[in-house]
Amino acid sequence: MTKNTNDTGKPKGNGPAKSAAKPEWADGLRQLYDSVVDEPIPDSFKDLLSRLDEAEEAG
Amino acid sequence: MSGSAPSPSDQAEFKRELTDAIPHLRAFARGLCGRADMADDLVQETMLKAWTARDRFEAGTSMRAWTFVILRNAYLTDMRRNRFRGDYDEGVAERILTAPADQEGPMHLGDMHRALMTLPPERREALLLVGAGGFSYEEAAKICDCAVGTIKSRVGRARATLNGMLEEGAIPQRSGKDAAPHKAIMEELDDVAANSSSAE
Repeated sequence: MTKNTNDTGKPKGNGPAKSAAKPEWADGLRQLYDSVVDEPIPDSFKDLLSRLDEAEEAG
Repeated sequence: MSGSAPSPSDQAEFKRELTDAIPHLRAFARGLCGRADMADDLVQETMLKAWTARDRFEAGTSMRAWTFVILRNAYLTDMRRNRFRGDYDEGVAERILTAPADQEGPMHLGDMHRALMTLPPERREALLLVGAGGFSYEEAAKICDCAVGTIKSRVGRARATLNGMLEEGAIPQRSGKDAAPHKAIMEELDDVAANSSSAE
């Protein structure tokens, strides 16, 4: 009903189409990236946003 | 100055979405510049710039894609100022990237990281976006301000290089005896930086 390419989770015809032959390191790359995504956000980031937000309200 | 001031609820929503993007910004930044401390500096710089430019964010579009563009431009600008050059710290990378014991896989993440950092920046960022960040080629092309075919080509070349290194065991040495590749990367980086200057 839609042309959503993610319906099957597989790329359509003109994609890389190498999922069957995906190299071993591809998971490692994702794991490397996700290991950072999954880290707790340091307080300094939340503090920065709060400061920006407050500066806005004050100004 | 935009014509209409954002309402408090818009601002709260923007802040929430920006907060949600932080983990992804940190992962992208660390993949780009290789060092956790510099990557986090870059993310904070990105957050400042995003906040300042928040009137230009279109509600309903991808905050992640929008902030990635800002982060990428900040990275390239910093690169031009030599901030990250030759500063890749393997000790730090090793400590940060040691996989938890319950995730022991066939590949050490430190090897993956070293291999990734040998890629020319353009190919590395393309691979990060498509192969790790989950962006489509089209989205990655928009973030990098280039043609879809260019992204496909960069990802393909990056994959070929990593196949060679990681499947065939030619992982770069830990101690830096790789001056030639390093020089090639820096030369390519100059091209990237030169090209990006017109994009902003």
